[in-house]
Amino acid sequence: MAFSDSFFAAKFGITQHDLESYLSDALSRGGDYADLYFEYLATSSISIDESIVKSATQGVSLGLGVRVISGERTGYAYSDDLSPEKIRHAAQVAAMIAAGPAKVEKTPLNEGPRRNLYPVITAPSETAFRERVELAQRADVAARAYDSRIFQVQVVYADNLRQILVATSDGMLNWDRQPLSRMSVFVLAKDKDGVPQQGHAGGGGRHELDWFRTERTPEYFAQEAGRQAIVQLGAVEAPAGEQIVVLGPGWPGVLLHEAVGHGLEADFNRKGVSAFSGRIGQQVASPLCTVVDDGTIGGRRGSLNLDDEGNQSQRNVLIENGILRGYLQDKLSSRITGAHATGSGRRESYEHIPMPRMTNTFMLAGESAPEDVIKSVPRGLYCANFAGGQVDITSGNFVFSASESYLIEDGKLTRPVRNATLIGNGPEAMKYVSMVGNDLKLDEGVGICGKEGQSVPVGVGIPTVRIDKMTVGGTA
Amino acid sequence: MNLTEVAQDAIQQALKRGATDAECTISEGSEFSASVRLGEVETLKEAGSRGAGLRVLIGRRMGSSYTSDLTPEGIRQMVASAVDLAHLTTEDPHAGLPDASELGSLTEDLQLFSDEVAGLAADKKIDAARRAEAAALSFDPRITNSEGGSFDSNIAGRVFANSRGFAGSYRSTYCSVSAVPVAALDGKMERDYWFTIARSFSGLESPELVGRTAAERVIRRLGAVKVETQRVPIVFEPRVARSLLGNLFDAVQGSSIYRQASFLAGKLGEKIACDKITLIDDGTIPGLFGSQPFDDEGVPSRRTPVIEKGILKNYLLNTYTARKLGMKTTGNASRGITGNAGIGHGNFILEAGEKSPEQIIAGIKNGFYVTELIGSGVNIVTGDYSRGAVGLWIRDGELAFPVSEVTIAGTLQEMLTDVAEIGNDLEFRGSVSAPTIMIGEMTVAGR
Repeated sequence: MAFSDSFFAAKFGITQHDLESYLSDALSRGGDYADLYFEYLATSSISIDESIVKSATQGVSLGLGVRVISGERTGYAYSDDLSPEKIRHAAQVAAMIAAGPAKVEKTPLNEGPRRNLYPVITAPSETAFRERVELAQRADVAARAYDSRIFQVQVVYADNLRQILVATSDGMLNWDRQPLSRMSVFVLAKDKDGVPQQGHAGGGGRHELDWFRTERTPEYFAQEAGRQAIVQLGAVEAPAGEQIVVLGPGWPGVLLHEAVGHGLEADFNRKGVSAFSGRIGQQVASPLCTVVDDGTIGGRRGSLNLDDEGNQSQRNVLIENGILRGYLQDKLSSRITGAHATGSGRRESYEHIPMPRMTNTFMLAGESAPEDVIKSVPRGLYCANFAGGQVDITSGNFVFSASESYLIEDGKLTRPVRNATLIGNGPEAMKYVSMVGNDLKLDEGVGICGKEGQSVPVGVGIPTVRIDKMTVGGTA
Repeated sequence: MNLTEVAQDAIQQALKRGATDAECTISEGSEFSASVRLGEVETLKEAGSRGAGLRVLIGRRMGSSYTSDLTPEGIRQMVASAVDLAHLTTEDPHAGLPDASELGSLTEDLQLFSDEVAGLAADKKIDAARRAEAAALSFDPRITNSEGGSFDSNIAGRVFANSRGFAGSYRSTYCSVSAVPVAALDGKMERDYWFTIARSFSGLESPELVGRTAAERVIRRLGAVKVETQRVPIVFEPRVARSLLGNLFDAVQGSSIYRQASFLAGKLGEKIACDKITLIDDGTIPGLFGSQPFDDEGVPSRRTPVIEKGILKNYLLNTYTARKLGMKTTGNASRGITGNAGIGHGNFILEAGEKSPEQIIAGIKNGFYVTELIGSGVNIVTGDYSRGAVGLWIRDGELAFPVSEVTIAGTLQEMLTDVAEIGNDLEFRGSVSAPTIMIGEMTVAGR
């Protein structure tokens, strides 16, 4: 597809000449680099609660961000109005970061390489709203049917279709159409006169709506949420103190996201404020661990044809056999440090400055059979699901909250335990990985990563992993 | 058309298209932010944007939509979209706008807006960021690095109108200065932050005080150790006590209550906390960050006691959750541009006690003074509480040494009834305000 047929050219009449001219405005005071980011976002959401479709919302937002880099300085301005006067004004405001005469000659734009990791013909956002309501209703029905102890069900279905266009003063012009959808089911269950417990499941990705009919049905998510809530009804207090911890496959990969992923983002490392700063080439995990961040997996929630700075996403090896290999770069950090782009420059919207971010972060499979990993543990904790985590980049301390876990006694899973937070230190925790399963699994596709006030969709994954020592924050 | 007229026009269009009721929210904002790192300007950002959100009812069916395009065509599409969606939702007997008698706006000046913020020169703002960082960097030689000093300001406008005759608008401003120093000892780094925030520039604390406070906070974290697992008294400093109030807000807001998704559901009128606890929501205090003349459904802000001397007095409600519970709205509807009104708080305040934090600490032989919490390990349904913690160990009545990589755990139910002391150090730094809180005993998990 030529630029003239692309979304912004067709819908708003933006020409290549316009873009070159705006970039010149942005560099009119002598900046070293400028880029333009156009974004059109259409979103929909449906919420079912008490079997009533209580909310159905849709809407659009549109805008443009202009960035100018001068040395290590960044100037940024945005507009929700795409008239030429407003775009020029934004470019001139962003230009204020630099002081002096223009020094970069106007660069002609060239269309960048294109590919499609999510060949979605009709995005879920473009289907009839009623079809999406019906899918969400199926989840409600299935969750209620799962077990008579389930007394509350809430289903949220949400999708969006993001159109972006990036033009940079180093001559790159590219665009992408990014569909995304997810379904989440929350249930509450209780025994007669007992305390309610919750269960939560969901998933999605960059797919056609049919994915919810063929690959992961509403019934699948509903039953999984129901199962988790029922399991929790029998939960005992979680242990407190250092334990052997086994992580189940899939969503527990959030460990990698918190323990190492954020600490390897290049902005923190360039500034020397990450616990991983200056550690490339060093052993930061057990030799069993190879961790990658891969934005190129077809259809995944964290995947991108193009990052928000116009670079193609990549498969980046972060840790190879325990050795730290590289950081995740954005334009600013790679310009300053001379590193190659990794396709990791992302932003929440046109109102935000891009930063290095993760895409899909996971550990490669090892050789152990998952049942052997569990069998090897005389006493410990098995974590099947997590509710999220957080990290202090500088000290490296991270937490993640187990929402479904079990005691391991004599190599067997015994009783479910109540929610507990696990805590560790990034560069240290993964040195205690002593077994890695052959069962790598990626999560179902609901992850949201927050950094400095900006949220972006991400994925995680991990095989079954044994960690010999980690502090479990229970009460028993 | 001014923005109030745009909102009223959208409502009229919705009624013409068959809606039986409608409400429209418009917000506009302009932001400025500057960050300085190691003395050099790192980022300057300046821009503004607007958006409109519409909720319509056709009988008891509700649909909503939003747009960033406030041109006549953009508004027309927003209206068409919301009306279409209302045909797809289910009849909900409790759906609807507030009764006309509930609508209104506070008339007194809430001092939410300062002209000063709009007129402030960029170099003055950058200078504040620079001074905050400089004060932190020069505080101690162990402060070796920085994530910078920053200045942020925001000017916002809010318009709300509905088909029952309400139309109102207000403007607000804020500005803030913060610093994030990094300190190192024996190759191990720590960072911490401090900030000041006010409705006007002149209401800010000095950048130097911000920088020094951030510096003191990071220095005292150096050399942290992991302690052994044990049960001890826990003291939350005000900054982390605020997060505990955030958990309590989640547990008393109406949508958690009617779903029975809160450990406080069905407990109204019961003693749920020790006598020392009085928790108030008050959206009427001039100049504070949780104040506004009316909520996001056009209901006037008010003062609502949530817990009085340990007794659960009120839930915080919007119109929908109030009807679900057979109660009256407390004026706590809160929404952005997208979606329907949820529930927010005004100024959510835990009343101060009499002892100073020093006196509270002096009474503890062996305990943990918590200065930072991380992670989301709070389950409002069950009350289970387990979070990562950083702080200082208390030994023989004094802050003895820094601690990190531990968790604190218990249940919110036990924590509320086990509050041993409340400090006299209540201060207003944002819309949630708490003094120091001491809990009798919780589990610290470490080595």
